[in-house]
Amino acid sequence: MNENPFSLWVYLEQSPLLWLTVTLLVYAGADAVSQATGRHPLANPVAHSMWIIGAFLLVTRTSYTTYFAGAQFVHFLLGPATVALAVPLYENRKRVAAAILPMLVALVVGSITAIVSVVVLAEVFGLPRGVVLALASKSVTAGVAMGISEQLGADPSLTAVAVILTGIMGAIIVTPLMNFAGITDFRARGFAAGLAAHGIGTARAFQVDAVAGVFSGIAMSLNALVTSLLVPLAVTLLLR
Amino acid sequence: MIASLSLILVCQLIGEVIVRGLALPMPGPVVGLMLLLLLLLARDRFAALARGPLQGGGVESASRGLLANLSLLFIPAGVGVVQKLDLLAEHGIAIMAVLALSVVVTLLATVATFVIASRLMARGKDAS
Repeated sequence: MNENPFSLWVYLEQSPLLWLTVTLLVYAGADAVSQATGRHPLANPVAHSMWIIGAFLLVTRTSYTTYFAGAQFVHFLLGPATVALAVPLYENRKRVAAAILPMLVALVVGSITAIVSVVVLAEVFGLPRGVVLALASKSVTAGVAMGISEQLGADPSLTAVAVILTGIMGAIIVTPLMNFAGITDFRARGFAAGLAAHGIGTARAFQVDAVAGVFSGIAMSLNALVTSLLVPLAVTLLLR
Repeated sequence: MIASLSLILVCQLIGEVIVRGLALPMPGPVVGLMLLLLLLLARDRFAALARGPLQGGGVESASRGLLANLSLLFIPAGVGVVQKLDLLAEHGIAIMAVLALSVVVTLLATVATFVIASRLMARGKDAS
């Protein structure tokens, strides 16, 4: 037995192994629950993993920096996963080519709606200017949104949180909302999910329907392009 | 498996180089996506390209493996919420309300535009 029971913890706490393992185990558990509930929207595996790991960090007084040293290996894969979207896109290329026009129109309308609605609502709710700027790019995937915030002089880490919260809320609400609105076109449903809720919406879309997942992935990629052009413009027009 | 992952990383790497080199306002992985798509399309045209990860569904199955666990990849960034607890205590309800309303409005605007545009297109085709 070790003389000091804390020395083992001190060692483990600082090693990437522990936090990588915690991330994977908690996700595996949350995903198993999500599967057991037949992919119920409220059993969203990202949302539940987030609060469980967050609570664990707070209880063990572990800093986010220490956690991220281990979890970065998972975070890194976001880039390759974006590249990998080429495969479902390739496999569904005929279906995608046939819908190119509705996609482009929906892209422009959706992207403008996402930015304008969040900036106007945040102003109406009286949020400080720094927060408003950090929220503006919340509908695009984390890496891109953080870059946009840096350009605007806003807090990129707050943007990352807003991006994830938006993704989770979008992923939870998209299925009941679309069913309620009577939308049966899974191309349109997926496209909306990817545009409004980026990769978390796309992960949700793939759970529901393969075609929805493909259109969601396209929307997410295209919106990353359009939003990085539109946010600086919208901020100048709306806030000055 | 390793060759397929390498191909994906090479596409991303070239994407990052292009984006940084030309100062393009788009993320490197999105350019990587377009490169991989072009490679897959070119493979069907030119048999010489169908080797290594581009043959027998190599890169396809590696990609499917990555995408099957897309949710997992957002957790490290999401846990970053623990750094923002003081801000959320102060403005959390307003921020959540703003994000929730915005996401609903965005979903409805996008889906409605898509459905209307594709109906108009279908009608245009029938008429011609």
